[in-house]
Amino acid sequence: MAAPQTILEEILQRRAVWRGGALARPALPAVPSGFAVLDRELPGGGWPGGALTEVLCAREGVGELQLVLPALAALSASGRRIAWLAPPHLPYAPALAAAGVDLAQLAVVRAPGRRDALWAAEQVLRAGACHALLAWLRDARYAELRRLAVAAEAGPALVVLFRPEEAACESSPACLRIALEAAGEHLLARILKRRGALAAAPLRIPIDRPVHALGGASSPAAPARSPAARPCPV
Amino acid sequence: MALHLPQLPLEALLRGRALSEARGEPWAVIEGREVLACDAAARALGVRPGMALSAAWALAPRLRARPRDAGLEREALEAIAGWLCRFTPSVSLEPPQGVLAELRGSLRLFGGIGPLAAQLRAGLGEMGFTARLAAAPTARGAWWLALGSSEALLEERAQLERALAVLPVDALGCDPGSLALLADVGVACVGELMRLPRDGVARRFGQALLDALDQALGSAPEARACYRLPERFAARLELPAPVTQAESVLFAARRLLVQLEGFLAARHAGIRRFALRLRHRDARDGVIGIGLAAPAREAEHFTRLLRERLQAITLTEPVEAIALEAAALVPLPGASANLFRDARTEGEEWARLIERLEARLGGGTVQGLAVHPDHRPERASRRIAPLGGTQRAASAGPRPLWLLEPARRLREAGGAPQDGGPLELLAGPERIESGWWDGGEIARDYFIARSADAALLWVYRERGAAGGWYLHGIFA
Repeated sequence: MAAPQTILEEILQRRAVWRGGALARPALPAVPSGFAVLDRELPGGGWPGGALTEVLCAREGVGELQLVLPALAALSASGRRIAWLAPPHLPYAPALAAAGVDLAQLAVVRAPGRRDALWAAEQVLRAGACHALLAWLRDARYAELRRLAVAAEAGPALVVLFRPEEAACESSPACLRIALEAAGEHLLARILKRRGALAAAPLRIPIDRPVHALGGASSPAAPARSPAARPCPV
Repeated sequence: MALHLPQLPLEALLRGRALSEARGEPWAVIEGREVLACDAAARALGVRPGMALSAAWALAPRLRARPRDAGLEREALEAIAGWLCRFTPSVSLEPPQGVLAELRGSLRLFGGIGPLAAQLRAGLGEMGFTARLAAAPTARGAWWLALGSSEALLEERAQLERALAVLPVDALGCDPGSLALLADVGVACVGELMRLPRDGVARRFGQALLDALDQALGSAPEARACYRLPERFAARLELPAPVTQAESVLFAARRLLVQLEGFLAARHAGIRRFALRLRHRDARDGVIGIGLAAPAREAEHFTRLLRERLQAITLTEPVEAIALEAAALVPLPGASANLFRDARTEGEEWARLIERLEARLGGGTVQGLAVHPDHRPERASRRIAPLGGTQRAASAGPRPLWLLEPARRLREAGGAPQDGGPLELLAGPERIESGWWDGGEIARDYFIARSADAALLWVYRERGAAGGWYLHGIFA
C-alpha cells in the first residue's frame, strides 16, 4: 500500500482533479530536450507533453530540427512513436539514423490540403498512440490551433509546430514559443512564451553543425547576428 | 430467449432509411388488398394494420404501399440469427417473424438476463429492427410469451407456468378453426386450456397442441434445428427511396456493419478488407473497397473508415441498394469484443490511426522511412510502408535532415553558386560517383554551404560536361 501522499500526487499527476488555486495544471512529465542550457529554462525541465510548442524561424536550415532531434532520439529509443505531418521536404533517413533516431518508430504523413493537415493533426493527437507530433501547418488560424491544443491535452504527446517567423506577431494558444536564429555554430533561441515567468536573455544552444566536417576549405565563423529586437507582441 | 418481430415485414423493407427521411412519406406493406404493417407516419394519418388498401389510400393519399416480400423477410431473419450467434451457438429460426436462442449458458458472461436483454435490444435497434423479447426456461414457452406480448424475462419453471396460464389462447399460434372451437367451449387463456382433461383436448384439437403445451411447460423435450452460420458474409439492403447523400448511404451501411460485427464475433474472426457495393438504377455498380492494416471486427471502426471514403467521393447517381461483402476471415483472438473493447494496446491504436488517415488522405500518404545501402543520396533514404522498417548502418559523411526531391538547380555568378545571395562553401568536396551499373549514374562533388542568411545547405556541383550547381539538402 502506497503512502497517501504518493497516491495524492499520482492523482494530481494524472490531471484527474482540477485545483482551483493552481494557475497552470501540474504539467505532464516533460521530455528533456537534450540541451542543458535549454532544459534549465523550460518549465518541467524539457519539452512539454500534452501541449503545443511552436518553433519559429525566418528560414529553414538554421538548425531547427536539430533542436528537437535529441528528444526524438530518446523517445524513439524507448519505443515511442513519432509522426511527421506535412513536412516541407523528405526527412532524410540516413541523417536521422545517424542522430540515433529509431526509424521504425517514425511515420511521415503527407497531407496536401491545409484542412486535411489540420484534420490529420487532430486525429493523430486524439488517437493517443503517438508520443511526438512534428507538424508544418500552413496559415493556421488561432481557432484551429486552439482546437489542436485541446486535442493535445488528451494525450502525452509532445507537439511541435514549425512556423515562419512572422507568426510570432500573431497570438497563439501554444504554451511554449521559441524563435530561432543561426549564430555561427550555435543556435540562438529566444523563448517568446513559456509557462511561468518571462525568459530574459536569448540562449546560445550548442547544436551539431557540420561546418568543419569534411575537412575541406573551412572559413572563419560568420559574425553572430545580433538578436534583432522585433516590435512584436508575444 | 425468444425474439418476436411484429414489424418485420415493414422493417425488412425500410431499415435502410435514415431517420431524417422517416418523417417524409408514409409507408405500408400490404398483403393482397390489406395493410399488413405501416410506419409511424402512416399511423399518424390513421392507417392501421388490417385495413383495406383503398381505405388506407383514402386516409393517406401519399401512402407508398409495397407488397410483402417474403424473401427479404427471410434474409432479415437470418441476419438477426447470424448476429445472435455472437451470444450463443444455438440459435434457431421461427419463421416467419421469430428467432429463438438458447442463452442460459451465456448469462454469466453477459451480466445476467436483464443486461443481456438490453444489449440485444440495442443491437437490434442498430440493425434497424424492433423485437419483443421474452425469456423462459423452455424455447416454446419463451416464444409464446413473446407472441402474447408479455415481455417477461423468466428464469424459473414455476414462474413460467404462472405466466403462461394468463396468456390468451391466440398467442399459441394454432389454426383459426381450433381457436374458434376453444372460444366456443369458453377457453380464453392458456391456464383454462391446461385445466381441461388431456384426452379430451387430444381428441378435439389434435395431439400436436397437447405436445406443444408439454414442450412449453418443459415436461416434454423439443428438438429444434440450429441455424448454421454461412462461411462468408454477404448482406444487402434496399434503400426504399434512392439516395444521393453520402450520409444516408453511411446510415444504411452501418446497419450492415453491425450485422457484420456480430457475424465476426460469432466466428471469433476479424477481416482485413471488406467491400460495399452501391447499386444504381441506370449505371454500373460502384464498389468501395476498404483495406485494413490489421484484422479488425468492430462496426464502429469500420463505420469511421467508410465515412472518410464516402466523404471523398461524390455520388452522381442515386443509390438504390447497398450490399456488404467480406470474405477471407482471419482468426482474431479475444473471446468477446464487448468484454475487452477497452483494453486496446497502443499498437492497435496506431494501426487504426494509420487506416483512418489513409482512408481520407488516400492510400500511401502515411509512410515509414528506412535507410538503404546506396551511395547515391537520393537512394539512401527509402519510403516504406508504415509500421515496418529496420535500422541499418548509417552513412559516413554528414547528411542533412531535409532532402530536396528533386534537387533544385542554383543560379551561378562567377563560378560560385547563388541562392538569394552568394553561397559560402564551408566544407567539401565530398565526391560521390556511383550507379553506373543501373543507368542511374551520378558524379557529383558535394559541399556544405552557408547562405547569406546563415542557413546551412547541402549543395553539389555536377561533374562532367553539363556541370552546374544544385541544392540537394538542408541542414535543418
